[in-house]
Amino acid sequence: AKGDLWLFLFVSRVVGALKKEPPQPRTFMRGIQTVTLIPGDGIGPEISTAVMKIFEVAKAPIQWEERNVTAIQGPGGKWMIPPDAKESMDRNKIGLKGPLKTPIAAGHPSMNLLLRKTFDLYANVRPCVSIEGYKTPYTDVNLVTIRENTEGEYSGIEHVIVDGVVQSIKLITEQASQRIAEYAFEYAKNNQRASVTAVHKANIMRMSDGLFLRKCREAAEKHKDVKFNEMYLDTVCLNMVQDPTQFDVLLMPNLYGDILSDLCAGLIGGLGVTPSGNIGANGVAIFESVHGTAPDIAGKDMANPTALLLSAVMMLRHMGLHGHGQKIETACFDVIRDKKVLTKDLGGNSKCSEFTEAICERVRDLV
Amino acid sequence: MAAHTAVMSMSKILNPFWGGRLGHTVKVRLVIMYEMLILQPPPAKYGGRHTVTLIPGDGIGPELLNHVREVFRFSCVPVDFEVVHVNSALESEDDINDAITAIRRNGVALKGNIETKHTMAPSVKSRNNLLRTSLDLYANVMHCQSLPGVQTRHKNIDIMIIRENTEGEYSSLEHESVTGVVESLKIITRNNSLRIADYAFRLAREKGRKRVTAVHKANIMKLGDGLFLQCCREVASDYPDITFDSMIVDNTTMQLVSNPQQFDVMVMPNLYGNVVSNVCAGLVGGPGLVPGANYGRDYAVFETATRNTGKSIAQRNIANPTAMLLASCMMLDHLKLYGYASMIRNAILTTMNETRLHTADIGGQGTTSDVVQSIMRIIQSKGPLISEL
Repeated sequence: AKGDLWLFLFVSRVVGALKKEPPQPRTFMRGIQTVTLIPGDGIGPEISTAVMKIFEVAKAPIQWEERNVTAIQGPGGKWMIPPDAKESMDRNKIGLKGPLKTPIAAGHPSMNLLLRKTFDLYANVRPCVSIEGYKTPYTDVNLVTIRENTEGEYSGIEHVIVDGVVQSIKLITEQASQRIAEYAFEYAKNNQRASVTAVHKANIMRMSDGLFLRKCREAAEKHKDVKFNEMYLDTVCLNMVQDPTQFDVLLMPNLYGDILSDLCAGLIGGLGVTPSGNIGANGVAIFESVHGTAPDIAGKDMANPTALLLSAVMMLRHMGLHGHGQKIETACFDVIRDKKVLTKDLGGNSKCSEFTEAICERVRDLV
Repeated sequence: MAAHTAVMSMSKILNPFWGGRLGHTVKVRLVIMYEMLILQPPPAKYGGRHTVTLIPGDGIGPELLNHVREVFRFSCVPVDFEVVHVNSALESEDDINDAITAIRRNGVALKGNIETKHTMAPSVKSRNNLLRTSLDLYANVMHCQSLPGVQTRHKNIDIMIIRENTEGEYSSLEHESVTGVVESLKIITRNNSLRIADYAFRLAREKGRKRVTAVHKANIMKLGDGLFLQCCREVASDYPDITFDSMIVDNTTMQLVSNPQQFDVMVMPNLYGNVVSNVCAGLVGGPGLVPGANYGRDYAVFETATRNTGKSIAQRNIANPTAMLLASCMMLDHLKLYGYASMIRNAILTTMNETRLHTADIGGQGTTSDVVQSIMRIIQSKGPLISEL
C-alpha cells in the first residue's frame, strides 16, 4: 500500500507538471497550423470568407477546418455541440468563430455559453485600440480588458425565496480567481504591457471581491516586473470616460468585465471593430467577433469584416506569427485611414468584397 | 384640501370590501401614497431656522463642508448645522449609529463620504451603506447636465439617473460555506422595485420628462433583473404620457460613450446605478461637478453624486467645491428655502463660466478658496438684500 502511495504521488506530480503548460506564444518548426473555423450565422459566412481570402494573400501558414456548431441533444437530453466540432477543436487547440445566433425558445442555452462550458474558456481578452480613420470622441485608447468568464455574477444560480423576493448568487472561488490573475500577468509579460489594474468593489462586497483581490495580489507578487494597482469599479468608470489613456491592462470578475469591456468597445467605435479572444484550459483558445449576426444585411455583401479580421490577427499573435499579424493589421488600418473604400457602418458605401479586395492589395504591397 | 379628499378616497379603497379585489401592486402603491400624505414627521425648524445634520466624513469631505458652512454664513441662510463625526478607523458602529439618530431627529443631512478600509475584517461593513439602509433612503437621484463653462467631449447631456439605493448587490450578505468559495447574495424584491419605479415615473412627470429607460441584465439574471423589469413595466402602464423602454447595461454603457444625448430618465438597480452614474458624471466633466441626493420616505441625505473620498487631494486646496455646494442647494430646495437655493446656484454657475477659476479636475489651475471667494463675491453683488428674503 505504501508503494502504491508513492507511485500515485509520483504519477500525479508528473501529470501536474505536464498539465501546467504555460500559455506562451507557439513557435512552429514545421509549416502549416490547422485552425478550426466556425463561420457562424447571418453575416458570419461572408466575413469568414473575407478573412480566409486575406490570409491567403498574406501567405499566412494557416489551414482552415470549417465546422458547424448548431446545438444537438446528446444522450440523456443534455445539449452539446456536435462531436466533430469538439474533436476538431481539441485537436487544433485554436479556433476562429463568427457570430452565432441563439433562437429564442429553442430550449437550449445560448451557443456562446455552451462553447464556454465545453472548453472551459475562463478568460475573455479584449484589446481596445483606437482606430485611426474611424473617428470617435476618444483618441489614443490603448488598453486590454481581461475578464473572468466562468463564475461571478453570471453563475446563473437564482432562487425565489418567497413570492416577491428573488436572490441571485454571485460566486467567487479561489481557484478561478487565481487562474485568471495568473493569466493576466502572463499576458502582460508576453505582450509588453507595463501594468495590470484589478477592478473591484471590495468596499461593499468585502468577502467576495476581497478574495478576488487577494489572489490578484498574490499573482502580482510572483510577477514583480509588471506593475500592479487596484481601483474601485466606479473610479475606473469615471476616469475611463474622462481619460482612457491612463489604463493599460484591466483585470476583473465577470459582471464588471462585461460592462467595462463593452464600455471600452464603445470608446473605440463599437462592436463592429473590436476583436476578442477566449482562452480556455488545456491551451484551447477561440478568437471571435463579438457583434451580432445582423440578419438584415446577411447575404447582401454589406458586412464589415474588421472585427473578425482583428480577432484573427490576435490569433496570429497568440500563435507567435507576429510578422503576418502585423502585416494584416497594418493593411487593415491603412485602408480604414485612407477612407476611400469603407463599408456602410464605417461611413462609406462600398461592398464587403471591395473592402476585402482593398485590404488584399495593401497586403500584397507589404509582403 | 386636495390631500384630505385624496385620503378620503383612499380609505374607501383600502376598505376590506375592496381590499381583496385589488392586485398586490395597486395595494402597495396605495399604501405608499397614503403614507406619504399623512405620516410626515414634523420638520426640525424652530424660530424660522432649520437644523441639519452635517457628517464631515473623510478625505476632502471636511474641507468642502467647511466651505459650505462659510457660504451659508455669508449668505445668512437660516440653517444651523449639527456636526456628527464618524471615525472610519474604529470597528464599533457607535459613531454611525449616533449619526443615524441625529438624522432621524433632524430629517435632513449633508454628508461627505466615509471611507471603508477594506484591510479591516469583512464584518466591518461600509458605513455609508449602513446609513442608507437604516434610514431606508431608497432612491438615489442624480441629475447630469452639461455645464456651459466646462469643456467636455460630449455636449448637451441632460440625464436623470434614479438608482435603487438599499438592496440589490449591496445587501452585504456574504458567506464562505467552503474554504475558497465565497457566495455573495444579490436580493431583488418586488416591493422595493415597485417603489423605485414609482418614484422614477413620478419624478419624470413632475419634471416634464418624456422617456424613462430601465437598465438591467435580465438576459443573464432572468429571475432577479427580470422581476425588476416586470415591476417597471407595471408602473409604466399607469403613466401613459411617458414612454418606457429598457436596455441591457453593457449596451447602455456603449451608447453612453457614443451617443449620450439619447437618454432622458434612467432607472436601475444598485450596482448598475453605480456604473452608469459614474460614467455619466465623467461625461459631464467629472466627480467635482455633480451633486447627488438620497431620498427616503421620511429622510433626505445630500452628498456628491459619485461619493468619492478624494484622499489624494485632501488638504491641498485643489478640490472642486461645486458638487458639494450644488448638493447644499438641493438641500435648501428640499427645505423649501428656494430663494437662497437659486441665489447660491446662480452664483456657482456664473463662477463656472470663468475658465481661470476652474480647479485642476476640470483642466484649470484655480484653488478651492478662489472658487468659493468668487461665489461669495457674486452673491454679495447680485443677491437680493438680505432683509428682503
